[in-house]
Amino acid sequence: MNLPSRLLQLLMVVLMVGGTSYLMMQSLPGDAAWRIAAGRYGYDALDAAAAASVRAELGLEAQGGLHFLYWLGDILRLELGTSLISGESVWVEIRHQLGNSLSLAGAALGISLLIGPPLGLLAGLRAGGWLDRSLLAVCSLLRATPQFLLALVLILLISVEMGLLPAAGHGEPQHFILPAMTLALGLAAVSARLARDAMAAVTQTAFHDFARWKGLSNAQTFWRHGLRHVALPLVTYLGLQFVTLVEGVVVIESIFGWPGIGHALVHAIFSRDVPMVQGTALVLGVGFVVINLLVDLLGRQLDPRGVK
Amino acid sequence: MNQVVEGLAPQRVDAVRRPRLDWPLRRVIGAAIVASLVLLALLGNLVIPGDPLEQHLYRALQGADAVGVSDAGEVITSAPLGYDHLGRSLYHRLVAALGLSLSIAAGAVILAAFSGISLGLLAAGRGGWAERLLSLVADSLLALPGLLLVLMVSVILPSTPLALWLGLSLVLWVEFFRLARATGRSVLASPGVEASRLLGFGAWYRFRHHLWPEMAPVMMTAMAFGMANALMAIAALGFVHVGIPEPTPELGTMMVELLPYWREAPFALLTPVLVTFLLLLGLLLMSGSKARTSTAADTLEGARP
Repeated sequence: MNLPSRLLQLLMVVLMVGGTSYLMMQSLPGDAAWRIAAGRYGYDALDAAAAASVRAELGLEAQGGLHFLYWLGDILRLELGTSLISGESVWVEIRHQLGNSLSLAGAALGISLLIGPPLGLLAGLRAGGWLDRSLLAVCSLLRATPQFLLALVLILLISVEMGLLPAAGHGEPQHFILPAMTLALGLAAVSARLARDAMAAVTQTAFHDFARWKGLSNAQTFWRHGLRHVALPLVTYLGLQFVTLVEGVVVIESIFGWPGIGHALVHAIFSRDVPMVQGTALVLGVGFVVINLLVDLLGRQLDPRGVK
Repeated sequence: MNQVVEGLAPQRVDAVRRPRLDWPLRRVIGAAIVASLVLLALLGNLVIPGDPLEQHLYRALQGADAVGVSDAGEVITSAPLGYDHLGRSLYHRLVAALGLSLSIAAGAVILAAFSGISLGLLAAGRGGWAERLLSLVADSLLALPGLLLVLMVSVILPSTPLALWLGLSLVLWVEFFRLARATGRSVLASPGVEASRLLGFGAWYRFRHHLWPEMAPVMMTAMAFGMANALMAIAALGFVHVGIPEPTPELGTMMVELLPYWREAPFALLTPVLVTFLLLLGLLLMSGSKARTSTAADTLEGARP
């Protein structure tokens, strides 16, 4: 996909998130003002005056297609609005949470790269061997374990039973280990299989055999001819894995109490904080498009044959 | 290329092919696991009748041996898997949860496959603006993480099976669309379809005899994979309390409810965990390893010359 179509995709993502958020605002069950006031002041302090002040402050009376246009105008000015619950700017809140999420996602991606591709490459070099077979079994089992389940097992075993690591929290380096490991194991299961398939395909090619014939050692063949061919599908897939990572982050952050964007999203959905939901969704969607664009560019560096 | 390679190193090609030979076996095992769980969901309540919501608080967290005695003095063995923390039969909750998850996932996959395949073939057949517009919508949806979309739909529609069903279909149709468009384009341009059209056969005939036989294996794989993804999403949402509201039995909700009692009644927590795991394993075995890389392969198509 080229740059203009990625930009078009970006525009569509913005419109889609905007449209969905507008529908959300319109369809909040019950009186939106009462719900938002309840989210702000708690159910005990909720009365008609509070609801009325919220209604006046947020201009909830002036509903209709105009809201959608206002919102689009805000987006053009890089404004994401104000959280209905905390009253803070959505952008400020998201910027803070995004940093936490990105550091967690980065740690997870790093760990998964250390585990998955090396194992996959080893298995692919001897396709059909014992390592290949056991890797297939382990990957199938890991793929069939939802990430929240893996989180549960890790918490019960490592935190509760052995008491080695904290089950939840944020701030210390050891808080990273369990959530990052949970995300990494799921990612590694897929990248290992992909690396294995790509490596097995490379060992079957004529150029690989030729490289061996002209006297290159196994290691030389791999570094000079194998790695680049394996890297292309892996890099493309890493981009797609970002989706898995974001989905994982939504659930994993909630379980481990990690103050990131996924945790914030679930909370915003509970309290029907629409600007927060739409801001978070927008950041996640735009982030995904940007990552895909970077993956495309990197893919072209690795295999320039496709460039016209 | 293949012939050359076979000539060069026959033993290595054999070694690579070997794992593919046990594919059918993997699929059979997967299908057997899924079929038995579907049977459990369908017939579980007929074999041992019971109510998943009925409470016997004095039997809370007790095992299957906690038999009750009715007024008439008969022994009631109504909970073969024991009771949860609120004294409800785990077996009947499991059967109900399995039925609910399976029906939402199956419904979502069927709707997604139907709309994805029709739109994909429309795009492949029409080309031009229709294809560009549909692809743009599909690509943009792909850019939003699936769970996020389901979560957003669940704000618009209150947390009901309907919201999950619609949200999941909205996510799943893209995969079918892309697959149908890719396979449809080459088949629609084939001489067979051209001849069929010239002979006056209708669109349905062409789909049934030319398109579907080509698409069926890929689509079946995508359906099994989509089911697995949908089930995983339903359970994950239940686990973070956003999915089906309590007290309706749901696998993710059951796990999070039983989690505090894992030391007293590990078996109670293990049952929904095991069922979810088996269901996903069965579906993934059925879908084979090809489906896992299908999206990547699809994307690579564009990158390769």
